[in-house]
Amino acid sequence: MSVLNDTVDWLSDSANWSGDDGIPHRLTQHLEYTALTVVIAAAIAIPIGLWVGHTGRLRGLAVVSTGALRALPTLGVLTYASLFSGIGIKPAIFTLVLLAIPPLLAGAYAGLESVNRQTIDAARAIGMTEWQVLSKVEVPLALPLIIGGIRSATLQVVATATVAAYVPGPGGLGRYLIDGLAVSDYARIVGGSVVVIVLALVLDGLFVILQRVALGSRPSRTPTTA
Amino acid sequence: MIEYRSIGKTFADGTEAVGDFSLQLPSRTTTVFVGSSGCGKTTLLRMVNRMVDPSHGQVLIDDVDVSTRNKVELRRSIGYVMQEAGLLPHRKVIDNVALMMRLKGADKKEARDRAHEVLETVGLDSSLANRYPAQLSGGQQQRVGVARGLVTDPNILLMDEPFGAVDPIVRDELQQELLRLQRELDKTIVFVTHDIDEAFLLGDQVVILKKGGEIAQVGSPAEILAKPANDFVSSFIGLEKGHRKLHVEERNGTRIVVDETGKATGVLSE
Repeated sequence: MSVLNDTVDWLSDSANWSGDDGIPHRLTQHLEYTALTVVIAAAIAIPIGLWVGHTGRLRGLAVVSTGALRALPTLGVLTYASLFSGIGIKPAIFTLVLLAIPPLLAGAYAGLESVNRQTIDAARAIGMTEWQVLSKVEVPLALPLIIGGIRSATLQVVATATVAAYVPGPGGLGRYLIDGLAVSDYARIVGGSVVVIVLALVLDGLFVILQRVALGSRPSRTPTTA
Repeated sequence: MIEYRSIGKTFADGTEAVGDFSLQLPSRTTTVFVGSSGCGKTTLLRMVNRMVDPSHGQVLIDDVDVSTRNKVELRRSIGYVMQEAGLLPHRKVIDNVALMMRLKGADKKEARDRAHEVLETVGLDSSLANRYPAQLSGGQQQRVGVARGLVTDPNILLMDEPFGAVDPIVRDELQQELLRLQRELDKTIVFVTHDIDEAFLLGDQVVILKKGGEIAQVGSPAEILAKPANDFVSSFIGLEKGHRKLHVEERNGTRIVVDETGKATGVLSE
């Protein structure tokens, strides 16, 4: 019970809500790392996923490499990457990008595969170019799954971005966990974790809204009589 | 005029869809390819707009080999209506139809105006224009499919079993509607079906196909009925089952048309 009380005290202590080591600043850093990671990973994974889904080529390779990337131990990769690029935020972003690629890639190619073949055939038959088939038919229809990929990538990254603090230099909410551990300050560790959890839940909620908006005006199915 | 010159198609997996096929399809008439599944009828249809490229031979439209034409441009110049309509589920009915105009470079307003006009032509209530395809019945969706095929006023209309997935009453309606449209619009229609009754109803020229795109017989419905070329044709058009061989019997002073099984099918009017 004392850890819980201490955590509540830590979270409500105004000293923890200001300054460079304050929650708002750490939270902002954490979000910046997350956003940067997801943007870089999306720029790599989504075009590849769309290409694989559209052409059907190299699908096996995409599936295998997605699985292989998922199996990478994050902390190990981070340590290894730090040996090459030195300490700082770069190895952390690199590691997180590797973590974010599989769900983004899978969302993109699975999304395109989920589109009805007959709809695509029809689009081609009425004279759409390959680019139009992709941009006007496949991507809009795959959007719920593509956004689903971004959602799960973001959640994984936001939860794992705490490892950035594992190497000296970067901030983010992981600082509370790593620095707290070093001095056995459990209130700080748990308090930091709570902030990460709340952030993850809020982001997830935002994505739920975004997915609804993406489907927007499209009806599921409300048949009328002939 | 559409002309097939010694066309053949073997797919990548080795199946031969069409062996050696030659035929002329006169302009402003309806030619129906009819046959069981695997006879290559859809493959033949799809060669006209290069959805399938032949392994050998040529397809010519007005004496121009289609293989010399840009695929996208060619497809935009030909109407295409397919089974289950093939509408874009995320676009409203009006946008599905207007899309063809937009692809050809029309501005938004022009495209929509023309789309409304052609939806009316195919007998769809304008209140349905802002619905999504999933909100329409199968028959209504198919009308939208026909509207999309006609919106750019192409000379050629390709129809791949367009009425295959709707119930018989609606199919009957759609067939009559197509006959009416064809009287008004005078297109060159290539129609694919497995239903011989539909083929005889809609076709000026009916092409009965065996496996591998082999022509069993070509002719008008009357020619085929009068002189079936062989047993395959007789059996395919149902002459052997008796319901096409009719004779007249007099009952209670009225002349009744009766088929070979003795079933009354109509009244003779003079």
